[in-house]
Amino acid sequence: MVVNRMTVHRDDIEKLAELARLRIAPEAVAEVTDRIATILGLVDQLQSVDTGAVEPMANPLDAVQRLRSDAVTEENRREAFQAIAPAVENGLYLVPKVID
Amino acid sequence: MNWEVVIGLEVHLQLATESKIFSGAATRFGAEPNTQACAVDLAMPGMLPVLNEQAVRYAVMFGLGIGAEIGLRSVFDRKNYFYPDLPKGYQISQFQEPIVGRGHFDIQLEDGSVRRIGITRAHLEEDAGKSLHEDFHNQTGIDLNRAGTPLLEIVSEPDLRSAEEAVAYLKTLHSLVTSLGISDGNMAEGSMRCDINLSLRPAGSEALGTRAEIKNVNSFRFVEKAIHHEIERQADILEAGGQVVQETRLYDAERDETRSMRSKEVANDYRYFPEPDLLPVVIEQSWVDSIRASLPELPAAKRERFIADYGLSAYDASVLAAERPLADFYEAVVKDCGDAKIAANWVQVELLGQLNRSDLALSQSPVDAQALAALLQRILDGSISGKIGKQVFEAMWAGEGDADSIIEARGLRQVSDSGALEAMVSEVIRANPEQVAQYLAADENRRKKLSGFFVGQIMKLSKGQANPQMVNDLLNQQLANAGGHGNT
Amino acid sequence: MHDLSVAELAHALRSREFTSTELTRHCLQRIRSLDSQYNSFITVDEAGALAAAASADARLAAGEQGPLLGIPLAHKDIFCTTGLRTSCGSKMLDNFVPPYDATVTRLLRDAGTVLLGKTNMDEFAMGSSSETSFYGNTRNPWDTARVPGGSSGGSAAAVAARLVPLATGTDTGGSIRQPAAFCGITGLKPTYGRVSRLGMVAYASSLDQGGPMARSAEDCALLLNAIAGLDPLDSTSSAHPVEDYTAQLRQPLTGLRIGLPREYFGEGLDTATGDRIHAALALLEQQGATLVDITLPHTGLSIPTYYIIAPAEASTNLSRYDGVRYGYRCEAPRDLHDLYTRSRQEGFGDEVKRRILVGTFALSAGYYDAYYRKAQQVRRLIRQDFLDAFASVDIIAGPTTPGPAFGLGTKTSDPLAMYLEDVYTLAVNLAGLPAMSVPAGLAAGLPVGLQLIGPHFDEARLLNVAHQLQQVSDWHRQTPGEASE
Repeated sequence: MVVNRMTVHRDDIEKLAELARLRIAPEAVAEVTDRIATILGLVDQLQSVDTGAVEPMANPLDAVQRLRSDAVTEENRREAFQAIAPAVENGLYLVPKVID
Repeated sequence: MNWEVVIGLEVHLQLATESKIFSGAATRFGAEPNTQACAVDLAMPGMLPVLNEQAVRYAVMFGLGIGAEIGLRSVFDRKNYFYPDLPKGYQISQFQEPIVGRGHFDIQLEDGSVRRIGITRAHLEEDAGKSLHEDFHNQTGIDLNRAGTPLLEIVSEPDLRSAEEAVAYLKTLHSLVTSLGISDGNMAEGSMRCDINLSLRPAGSEALGTRAEIKNVNSFRFVEKAIHHEIERQADILEAGGQVVQETRLYDAERDETRSMRSKEVANDYRYFPEPDLLPVVIEQSWVDSIRASLPELPAAKRERFIADYGLSAYDASVLAAERPLADFYEAVVKDCGDAKIAANWVQVELLGQLNRSDLALSQSPVDAQALAALLQRILDGSISGKIGKQVFEAMWAGEGDADSIIEARGLRQVSDSGALEAMVSEVIRANPEQVAQYLAADENRRKKLSGFFVGQIMKLSKGQANPQMVNDLLNQQLANAGGHGNT
Repeated sequence: MHDLSVAELAHALRSREFTSTELTRHCLQRIRSLDSQYNSFITVDEAGALAAAASADARLAAGEQGPLLGIPLAHKDIFCTTGLRTSCGSKMLDNFVPPYDATVTRLLRDAGTVLLGKTNMDEFAMGSSSETSFYGNTRNPWDTARVPGGSSGGSAAAVAARLVPLATGTDTGGSIRQPAAFCGITGLKPTYGRVSRLGMVAYASSLDQGGPMARSAEDCALLLNAIAGLDPLDSTSSAHPVEDYTAQLRQPLTGLRIGLPREYFGEGLDTATGDRIHAALALLEQQGATLVDITLPHTGLSIPTYYIIAPAEASTNLSRYDGVRYGYRCEAPRDLHDLYTRSRQEGFGDEVKRRILVGTFALSAGYYDAYYRKAQQVRRLIRQDFLDAFASVDIIAGPTTPGPAFGLGTKTSDPLAMYLEDVYTLAVNLAGLPAMSVPAGLAAGLPVGLQLIGPHFDEARLLNVAHQLQQVSDWHRQTPGEASE
């Protein structure tokens, strides 16, 4: 299988990392860029396929959504959920101060 | 330069479902933090969304209410961004295939003119949680009770041209959704939140200027103020030769200003794509038809009916038809008292006035429709005058009992006994010979004015209980007689 | 005891030859003494297992007769288990003890199975070798210098080593079938939507499917019977009627038409592996099946299609791991952004981060149409290949993998080479079809897997064919040397 290298730059990868809230160590950026470029080269093969008017397929069964009746079925389980939380106080999850 | 204001509104409407849009957790307002956030709402690993039928029904009702095309196939998408009040790291929303397509409704301005406002679309999505910025050792607390509450996002065309129109739009929308019963419309509790897109362009120009978006404005008054401020801000920039920056701004009600927000963030790339945990929502036309058939009467139709059936003015009809509770109250009064006009007058002036002064909602009114109608019946059958009726109403408001018992207890029944009234009329005429002389010397026009004096004296003598019609008749009779004597 | 099939174990339990507690103790003893060689378990729950066994014994004593009552099993560590750590092979969830069960877990608990523990896997199921696990790689019981396959490598190795008779796995691009092939066991990936995904930690939502891993087709059928069916809490789970998957096992294969896709037997297929596949097919032919040459023209495109769709879905499925409500949180975050990026940077391994970045790219503005949308279109073409083929054949057969288990560490530095390992398995997930891997003997001492692919919801037919093959072959009874002690 012939795989082309796709052009992707360091700053593209840094932008993607920011969108995904990942931090790539400066010394690793080159290697990650290289690997991603190779993978993107692989997936780039799709560009040559003529898909014309083919309807995109999101679900392999072409099924449709079932609807749930509007009933409250969940009880308060805050204690159980917050027992596994890293930081809570007064029933609230804590995060470093959010500034709008 | 003369600027034309161009406004489009995005309203986030919480739908009045019992449970959340994708989970079985309750949606009640004001619960203890995170007690209504289940595993799905908390985005626990492996948790999956299932769509609430009632949310879909409400969206369809709204679509039908604005004459929109209903998306028989609609698709949920993921809108990806990180924020602590968004547990999954994406919001489930509808992007390319919303459930409600293009529609419209009419708004009425204070001068009585009517404008048709286009609705671009309305789509279903989930609400986010809340960030609480009280001081938790310099940390923010996250309450996810609200996360997953169903929202209908209603996007208008940029058809609005002033703050007044924007407020009229919101009031009409409020009236529509509460009449439909799909939302409580409680702005103070955030059930209806508004984003304002505003731009200016030179009057007569077709091209749109650069817009700013003002986020989360949560009362009619703030919408008005925020728009005025934003118009001023943009006009200042443009007139100084500058350019408006396309950005999101926040209205600060305390300082009464808008300010730029999230400016530090890199441009958002929401990476919308079809939510693979949900399937396309396909609804049957027959279901839509059955919803249409069971739709309650909408404010616009109700207003027309009030004009046609009750002979109300356009203004009275639009006030009384706007909100369903008030319209229902009004119609109950009409039904019991049998006179639509007196009912319209009393509901608008006395009832709404008292509610306003006491800062009460209609549902808290100490006088209900039946009680008010009973009072109006006493005015209509001549037992009391309208003026006395107001006294009785105040007493009813104060909890002194029903109309009849107050009239009885205070002895307010109107004097319609012609013998007693005749005696009072004679007494007043006897006591005021000068005025009688003036009256007799005057022409027709002046006589009408002067007779008011006598009526006033007679009413005073009767403590307001004299039947005004009878007083008029007897007075005219006796004055005519007095003139007859004088001539002989 | 550990060589008996599930049906035999169930019979022995019912006839009081031994108790579930004795069986459970035996399995736990084997895990304790042997698993250090394989590292197939992340968590072993001795106390929980013995409690479950005691309760199963009570039910048995009361005369209850469930087909899985008292049977020990292991869950891939991707299925949430109340009160028992569910790590998904990641540091991110190393401290995650769910307060809820996956539907699969609950159904099997209710059926009276005895959960021994949670098996090792590629981190978040992203891998084909079980080498990306935060808990170290699992080794293949047939040759501990080789990988067991992945991502359900721990379940495959544990079953192959006779540590446990039954295990669950999940399959997004071959993660049940490929390790089953590499470890010489039988594994079934059901039709998409056949088994609930609720409580199964998501990798790629439109591809993920849980299923059974066992020594025989019959054992797989028994497990599938317990977990298949509509789950109202999973919108993508199917309302298609569930059958008794053991009912058709004994049907003869006379008249069965088996399609052999030309694309599965071409360049890239290891010769010895190909020989084993042909030998297995010959056995099926002898039983009355007809072999038909077919073509699945878009097979080659399944790799790029999969490596767009799966990372795209994964990139957003994994956004919930943010250090706020559960899971790993970095030390002393400076601000919110630091909390997110450092928790995710430190909590995720390299392959996971790589796939998140690729998926983020495929969905980002300006690339969505060219990548994600395009892949969804090609996905339809790939499914159409199968639908066309099933017009003339009953099932499709071929190799599960291009070759036998590869050496540990030989492909970790080259993700692309690793991705190419999945060439025969990916299309099945894209098309949502059921498929199995069935032992087809050894090539140079290593197991080879025969892949059987069926039309949507025709699991019963696949299990029937596999069972019939297992009636005339003993490949599924072959055991790795070290484990047979």
